[in-house]
Amino acid sequence: MLSVRGLHAYYGKSHILQGVDLDIGDNEIVSILGRNGVGRSTTLKAIMGDPRPEGEVVFKGQRIGGRKPHDIARLGIGYVPEERAIFPSLTVAQNLLLGVKPGQRGGRWSIEETYRLFPQLRERADAPGGALSGGEQQMLTICRTLMGDPDLIMIDEPTEGLSPQMVERIGELLREIAGRGISILLVEQRLVIALRISHRVYVMGHGHIVFEGTPADLTANADIRREWLEV
Amino acid sequence: MFEIVFISTLNGILYGMLLFLMASGLTVIFSMMGVLNFAHAGFYMLGAFFGFEISRRVGFWPGLVIAPLLVGLIGMAVERYGLRRVHRHGHVAELLFTFGLTYVIQQAVEMVWGKLPVDYEVPRSLDFPAFTVFGTEYPAFKMFELLISVAIFLVLLLVIKRTRIGLVVQAALSHPGMVAMLGHNVDRVFMLVFGVGVALAAVAGVIAGPALVTQSNMAGLLGPILFVVVVVGGLGSLGGAFIASLLIGLLQTFAVASNASLADLFGSSASAGALQTYLSDIWNVTVAQVAPILPYLLLVLILIFRPRGLMGTRET
Repeated sequence: MLSVRGLHAYYGKSHILQGVDLDIGDNEIVSILGRNGVGRSTTLKAIMGDPRPEGEVVFKGQRIGGRKPHDIARLGIGYVPEERAIFPSLTVAQNLLLGVKPGQRGGRWSIEETYRLFPQLRERADAPGGALSGGEQQMLTICRTLMGDPDLIMIDEPTEGLSPQMVERIGELLREIAGRGISILLVEQRLVIALRISHRVYVMGHGHIVFEGTPADLTANADIRREWLEV
Repeated sequence: MFEIVFISTLNGILYGMLLFLMASGLTVIFSMMGVLNFAHAGFYMLGAFFGFEISRRVGFWPGLVIAPLLVGLIGMAVERYGLRRVHRHGHVAELLFTFGLTYVIQQAVEMVWGKLPVDYEVPRSLDFPAFTVFGTEYPAFKMFELLISVAIFLVLLLVIKRTRIGLVVQAALSHPGMVAMLGHNVDRVFMLVFGVGVALAAVAGVIAGPALVTQSNMAGLLGPILFVVVVVGGLGSLGGAFIASLLIGLLQTFAVASNASLADLFGSSASAGALQTYLSDIWNVTVAQVAPILPYLLLVLILIFRPRGLMGTRET
């Protein structure tokens, strides 16, 4: 589905990504773990084309490195940012509508279905996005991206700042998404969840990948956890 | 008295709506791209001169359509080949770019049409009094200006609230990067918004040109007022710009029509005598005489007491 080789990205003069290699297969859930500031979020953003990366990014057999974000989105990569980026003055329904791409026909998800998954969104369909709670905003931002029918969805810290109950709901949603044949690239702070739902995990440190393996491999590798994950 | 109030209200609303035609584009461009377009009034002037030139050759009505289209196309080119490149170097560079553009437009207009006012005439089909109140004739052309600006305001509202492109524009006001990552071509939307924004300013130029003076200093006269409107309304707020436009339109026209002065206010009572010596410089100055500075006074008050403007969401 997605293959990244030697990805470099810069913010101004700071060299954030220093050669990231990763792969996501069809129907796979992959997590990128690591401490804050090692470049996990930037990896997702650079795959989306902003900041414009150097290196090779191949999605469904096409080179997408250097393309514009909207082109990359139209090819089938969905992105859910950490800051959620809900359009505050637009209603919940309008936010969802904006997830539908220009010229798109149908797809795996409809507004009706997102409402079925999250009845709260239906109740608040006409409320401005800015009035939602943190958990509701998180559902909305994921559902908005799903409306564009991506083949790969990249989600940045979906459980950050949410209640344990909400975290469970998000976990369920991720499985539901994977169940429809969508690959997931997750950036997650909570080790437990990432280890439970991922097929494979990457650990990042200082702008490149320092570990790659199954959740079981990572659990077994105390050195990596101590050096790159535990605070 | 009623006559003055009636005519001033009408004139004030008209002036306010013309201001809004320009301020709406300016404020939307600001909130989407984060760039305060100094050249906005320049595009208004281009609209007036293009309108004049076209009306001289083929008539006023074709000018009303063609001049804003031309100005819109120039605006789109300016965004695509100028602003978008300059944008990478930050906001200061963008400000300097639009600042420089005002001079380019000014000089270009002076090279082609000179510094003296041109004879941009009211079309004959609208050159009659619409109605007469208390012996004062109100020109039909002014009613036409009012009609056009209200119609454009309604269409703009409809497009922004009810169409998909309007939705994309509204979304891009808060998170343009996210809109792009949802698959919308935000660059193209920016170009379009810039084009439509300056085309609206050009419409204002075409319809205000015959009523006011079409001259190469008209952008310089209007530009500052435009910034007052946008700051008073709140940078990036369309609703705020609308209210501020009408407010300043009415404030200015009523002030111009008023002959009141401090002397009238205090009369010739005994206590007024002391005040009169103390305030002798401004004792007999009428409101009409200070009218031009009133919008700027309002600007200063707003900046002191409500820095984000009437309906703005961010600090100026």
